[in-house]
Amino acid sequence: MFYREAGDFKTSYVDDNQTFPIKFDRYRYYVVLVAAFAVIPFLLNDYWVNAVFLPFLIYSIAAIGLNILVGYCGQVSLGTGGFMAVGAYACYKLMVAFPEISIFFHVIISGGITALVCVLFGLPSLRIKGFYLAVATLAAQFFLVWLFNRVGWFYNYSASGQINAPERTVFGIAVTGAQNPPWSAYLFCLVFTVACAIIARNLTRGMAGRKWMAIRDMDIAAEIIGVNPLKAKLTAFAVSGFFVGISGALFFSVYLGAVEVGEAFGINKSFLVLFMVIIGGLGSIFGSFAGAAFLVLLPVLLKNVLVGGLGWPTDLAAHLEFMIVGSLIIVFLIAEPHGLAQLWRVAKEKLRLWPFPH
Amino acid sequence: MKQKLMATALAAALMAGPALADLTIIDTSYRTGPYAANGIPFSDGYQDYFTLLNARDGGIGGEKINLVECETGYNTEKGVECYEATKGAGNGALIYQPLSTGITYQLIPKASADGIPLHTMGYGRTSAKNGGVFEWVFNYPANYWDGASHAITHILDQNGGDISGKKISLIYHNSAYGKEPIRTLEELSAKHGFELVLLPVDHPGQEQKSQWLQIRRDRPDYVIMWGWGVMNQVAIQEAVNIRFPMENFIGIWWSGSENDVKAAGPAANGYKALTFHNLGRDYPVYADIQKHVVDAGKAAGAGDQVGSVLYNRGMYAAMLAAEAIKTAQEMHGVSAINAAQLRDGMENLEMTEAKMTALGLPGFGPEFKVSCENHGGNGYGAVSQWDAAAGEFKLITDYFQSDQEIISKLVAEDSAAFAAENGITPRC
Repeated sequence: MFYREAGDFKTSYVDDNQTFPIKFDRYRYYVVLVAAFAVIPFLLNDYWVNAVFLPFLIYSIAAIGLNILVGYCGQVSLGTGGFMAVGAYACYKLMVAFPEISIFFHVIISGGITALVCVLFGLPSLRIKGFYLAVATLAAQFFLVWLFNRVGWFYNYSASGQINAPERTVFGIAVTGAQNPPWSAYLFCLVFTVACAIIARNLTRGMAGRKWMAIRDMDIAAEIIGVNPLKAKLTAFAVSGFFVGISGALFFSVYLGAVEVGEAFGINKSFLVLFMVIIGGLGSIFGSFAGAAFLVLLPVLLKNVLVGGLGWPTDLAAHLEFMIVGSLIIVFLIAEPHGLAQLWRVAKEKLRLWPFPH
Repeated sequence: MKQKLMATALAAALMAGPALADLTIIDTSYRTGPYAANGIPFSDGYQDYFTLLNARDGGIGGEKINLVECETGYNTEKGVECYEATKGAGNGALIYQPLSTGITYQLIPKASADGIPLHTMGYGRTSAKNGGVFEWVFNYPANYWDGASHAITHILDQNGGDISGKKISLIYHNSAYGKEPIRTLEELSAKHGFELVLLPVDHPGQEQKSQWLQIRRDRPDYVIMWGWGVMNQVAIQEAVNIRFPMENFIGIWWSGSENDVKAAGPAANGYKALTFHNLGRDYPVYADIQKHVVDAGKAAGAGDQVGSVLYNRGMYAAMLAAEAIKTAQEMHGVSAINAAQLRDGMENLEMTEAKMTALGLPGFGPEFKVSCENHGGNGYGAVSQWDAAAGEFKLITDYFQSDQEIISKLVAEDSAAFAAENGITPRC
């Protein structure tokens, strides 16, 4: 009844091409944005920021980045953890070397550096595909972690091999370090998440995205119709690396404040982000958010219900959490192999017809 | 939509927090994952001691202790989540004992900003010994650099004081934890003229074939280990496999629990590990624990760890926290102290033989006195050895002090660097 195209006349090409063609969707989107920027910052405390919002926003960026590579361009990557580490260490080196420059630019430049590294490790994709490419990117994962562990220059020769984020401010308000108010870290990450999502959404709707999808669907056919696979694949790696790098930089500087590469950016991280993309939905920006929400928020929710609410022993709760999250993943993938995004799409189709489906 | 639903449910779950009590102690434990074998006994000991105080003495100074457990899985992200979730529990968390060097590094700035003391007993950031810079962090009675020095001193004693030309390998967990002793060992290697070989093992440490192959090829005179969790068991098994002489294999105190050696069977006999407290359960306090905690069915976990090395360590940590609370109560004249008052108590804590005897733990740990300049104790430790037939670790040396000359220099250097990075003016 409310959710429909009928009656919403588009009179220009701009209108016709907008991201949310349905009025209801558009307003919902504005409401979410207003809530995220103007309401939530006033309601936050340290727990909500550090346990819920920051991981959700940061993993969303990583999932968007990986979704471009895996979901849109069809290049399987297991190197996400390593590429996040590149972003984190680039950000650390920049923060320490140029303290007078805003952290905002450091994060963006870290993304750029990660894009370059990602392109470098994307070169094998020109010759190999599928599982073989996954193994090549797995090599990137292990190599990068080894590199950051091994070469003292990256962690400024600190005794423990840890990197620590010094306090940096934006407009005079601390966003990194321990003294920052919760809303500043949240807003800082939110700005990046929204910007990344908008950029990714528009890239994937445009020529670049269509080229990626052509390569994904059938690379030989794509080449025949004039898509340059070298350019298409490497741009996918670059854009993906850019987003993943930003998420790594934020993960280190704003969220954790101190990381050691093996623990924070190990192979588990690569799998976690890949699962987010698969559960959320390959080839969907909404799916990246949904997948990140599912894998970040669900464990926290379960823990709070089982330990905080029901008062169960923590070890039992932790084991149950693994089982519940694991079985939900299986259930979701059997019920809807195209991920949460597909559920959302189906719901929207149904909504269009509601309440007169025939 | 989904997100909003989850947020609502989360909010509902958070409302039903733990019951209010006067002294809130947080146990950030790990009973799951590759480090659980070591996390469980420590946490059991830590909790049982507070349960004992509640049951026997009615708390500390008349105030009941509210113990809140939070599972970290030795994972830094979960550790942060735990910290944020528990720091406001009850009347506010009094003290954290993260039992993870990685989580400690995360919590040092956060806890300092929030004004909650951290006690990182025998782990964490070594230079936190300098209390002038690290106001809220305590690592008494001993730290990693002390441990490194203890191992070398023990080797020196075995060799009549001369180890020049000897080859010593360090097999370590490739993380902040395992890397901590390297700088000290390098200094000691320059001083005593031994050759140091570094062998990192990546998390979680199940794969060590290549490192032990290298040890077999290099034939080092001694191997020192900085391992934790499953890495310990694997390393000791590998050492057995290559028939490395066990008495030349020395682990840090975190690599010396029964769980680590039992898997390798009788062949692990003779394995050495450092310790900064006594072992076994021949102490009067254990009778009380048995009576008030275990027999009363209040023991934490399965209750089967009482008297093991790491249980003792957890209990020791709880005892030091309880003594610091007592000190703070005396200093401030209130029984319901807050975190800032506990910090004062920790900074003025003095452990004497008389005090430990009164607690039913005669001679259990070294005597030390904490001060603003020294948050780390005096660096006393001893060497224990695994007796496979008896199934227990036995002390084979007296307590001896680490090489303070080298360590105090390194502590001053590292803490000065931290102070400069973070714009801290030392308090003393």
